Amino acid sequence: MSTATAPASAPAARKPATMAQALRQALHDALADDASVHVLGEDVGTLGGVFRITDGLTKEFGPDRVTDTPLAEAGILGTAVGMAMYGLRPVVEMQFDAFAYPAIEQLISHVARMRNRTRGAMPLPITIRIPYGGGIGGVEHHSDSSEAYYLHTPGLHVVTPATVADAYGLLRASIASDDPVVFLEPKRLYWSKADWSADAPQGVPPLGRAVVRRAGRSATLITYGPSLPVCLEAAEAGRQEGWDLEVVDLRSLVPFDDETVCDSVRRTGRAVVVHESSGFGGAGAEIAARITERCFHHLAAPVLRVAGFDIPYPPPMLERYHLPGVDRVLDAVARLQWEAN
Amino acid sequence: MSVKSTAARSSRGGAKRRGGAGRKPELVQLLTPEGERVEHSEYSIDLTPEELRGLYRDMVFTRRFDGEAVTLQRQGELGLWASLLGQEAAQIGSGRATRPDDYVFPTYREHGVAWTRGVDPLNLLGMFRGVNNGGWDPNLNNFHLYTIVIGSQALHATGYAMGVAKDGADSAVIAYFGDGASSQGDVAEAFTFAAVYNAPVVFFCQNNQWAISEPTERQTRVPIYQRAAGFGFPGVRVDGNDVLAVLAVTRAALEHARSGEGPMLVEAFTYRMGAHTTSDDATRYRLDEETEEWAAKDPIARLKAYLANEGLADETFFAEVEAESDALAKRVREGVRAMPNPEPMAIFDNIYADGHALVDEERAQFAAYQASFEGSEEGAAR
Ligand SMILES: Cc1ncc(C[n+]2csc(CCOP(=O)(O)OP(=O)(O)O)c2C)c(N)n1
Ligand SMILES: [Mg+2]
Repeated sequence: MSTATAPASAPAARKPATMAQALRQALHDALADDASVHVLGEDVGTLGGVFRITDGLTKEFGPDRVTDTPLAEAGILGTAVGMAMYGLRPVVEMQFDAFAYPAIEQLISHVARMRNRTRGAMPLPITIRIPYGGGIGGVEHHSDSSEAYYLHTPGLHVVTPATVADAYGLLRASIASDDPVVFLEPKRLYWSKADWSADAPQGVPPLGRAVVRRAGRSATLITYGPSLPVCLEAAEAGRQEGWDLEVVDLRSLVPFDDETVCDSVRRTGRAVVVHESSGFGGAGAEIAARITERCFHHLAAPVLRVAGFDIPYPPPMLERYHLPGVDRVLDAVARLQWEAN
Repeated sequence: MSVKSTAARSSRGGAKRRGGAGRKPELVQLLTPEGERVEHSEYSIDLTPEELRGLYRDMVFTRRFDGEAVTLQRQGELGLWASLLGQEAAQIGSGRATRPDDYVFPTYREHGVAWTRGVDPLNLLGMFRGVNNGGWDPNLNNFHLYTIVIGSQALHATGYAMGVAKDGADSAVIAYFGDGASSQGDVAEAFTFAAVYNAPVVFFCQNNQWAISEPTERQTRVPIYQRAAGFGFPGVRVDGNDVLAVLAVTRAALEHARSGEGPMLVEAFTYRMGAHTTSDDATRYRLDEETEEWAAKDPIARLKAYLANEGLADETFFAEVEAESDALAKRVREGVRAMPNPEPMAIFDNIYADGHALVDEERAQFAAYQASFEGSEEGAAR
């Protein structure tokens, strides 16, 4: 099995890379390190995937390792289950968030439960990569944020990177995990850039650890994936209002890092959770509940949420109203009962 | 361990089995690529010169509109476009076979079918411009909204047809889908339901040889039309670039459905001449030779040759159609630029039948929030 540790050779110089390139590198290195890793999905072969995350991999590793599948998501994930039972380590690509739904039955009823049903005899080390979220002007069904469906399913890990380095590290860790991982890729950050190299020390973070992206004292913005840049921008803009905002990037919704979140909220006393997906029954509801349960006496105001509205994803020309933006985040911060102090 | 043996196994099988048990699949054709009329033992057609010219006009208009949409996308007026270039005969022939009281379930590429149903081409552009999720009322023309999720509408069509059958109406339903879609469980389930309930539905598969970058061999080892046999209803493959054959076969299939004989599968053998969508780069996965080979089977050129050779249309007619299609393109071009931007508040409409506390609360909050920007430069959120 893959150990997913960085190679021992001298670290390469950091170069500008996109999140897409880091993801591709992670798949590449996983395929190179572990012969049981098998990439499958629609258009992942010759085309290299519609987002080019698998670009050139079928050429390098052959169509038996990086495989174009028939157009059937239940088929893709269902056969990945069988492949995993046989001893392979499938990495499945779903083309877009909403196109993963045909595979939901396989995911909920089989992928998530197999370890439990077989009393540990048959773990399923499957990684399901799903580009998710909006902000790309996509036509209908190309902008969903589906994390709440997955995090409500016991047995699954739900991971989502927000930086180039994490894209590499978290994907390596997900593939190495012996549990199934739903790996949500914020598609509007695919072309975001950072100086990065695959063998930098932060290469492979453990799953389930959040990280403080910006330290602050006034309030904590808790977020993940595509909303991280929004929160960082809001934190910068908030300085003008006299707020010193801390930003926590969850990186992994399941397992959830209560420690990092609560540590931050206990220090700041105020929290806003920010995500794109609809608010009702969303990740923010769970996060707010956990904070309230654990940090109630440290809170100076109720935990607020800035989320997508509870509506079907609107057409591209209206999506900016739906998506949490800097102003909506700051508007929520302004409502954190400052006058009470 | 397992890995090696898997690799060895998966390379077995191979091209030999393609096309079924060695038989060359039968292809219904009434007009050859050279524009010669030929007869078929089971399917025939007898059209007036007027009707033939009408089909030509439909195809030229459709192609012109489609080309205009591609241009509009390049100019930034549309976010995306899925071109039907090369599939005009499959769409016009099948669409013209439907009656107004039939019901049509399209995919995102059925601009030609939409034309035959009387949907204003301008309305097709709204979702590709990003102003709506489907810019027409499906009830007006019995033409459902474009379904983007692959295969789902095959089940919707089947259920609709079950409703028609319950009512004893003599209309039929037609479901469009692609070669790629034929792999979806939904499509197989639609076949099962339609067969079991003897539903008056025609499954119209445009096999345009590609599902984004994957050739049809990635989806099936037998010709798609032969699948129908396993479900217990007839399937037929028609030359999808021959508008006469498509019209004849689809008419027969709809008649079959209407007369209570149940579903039928029509596989229109055609070709996607353009990229999958304007976001796609087809040079990454297919060869020019293949596209050129299919260009020689062009649906419009062959009908034009037939009309000209038989003296059924003259230069004046062709020039007229050209001029009319220019006018259509101009109207579409101007229309799309004049399309009003949607109202932000509209995102809260039509989510539930009646007032809904959660949505109403969010609508009110959003209205107040928007109002707080009044007078500011942007007037809207960052
Ligand atoms: C359930 C689902 N999976 C994946 C996609 C992404 N996708 C859009 S079009 C397409 C290929 C469809 O091929 P085909 O059915 O042959 O129709 P064509 O585009 O050739 O008309 C794919 C994979 C989707 N829209 N829906
Ligand atoms: Mg196709």
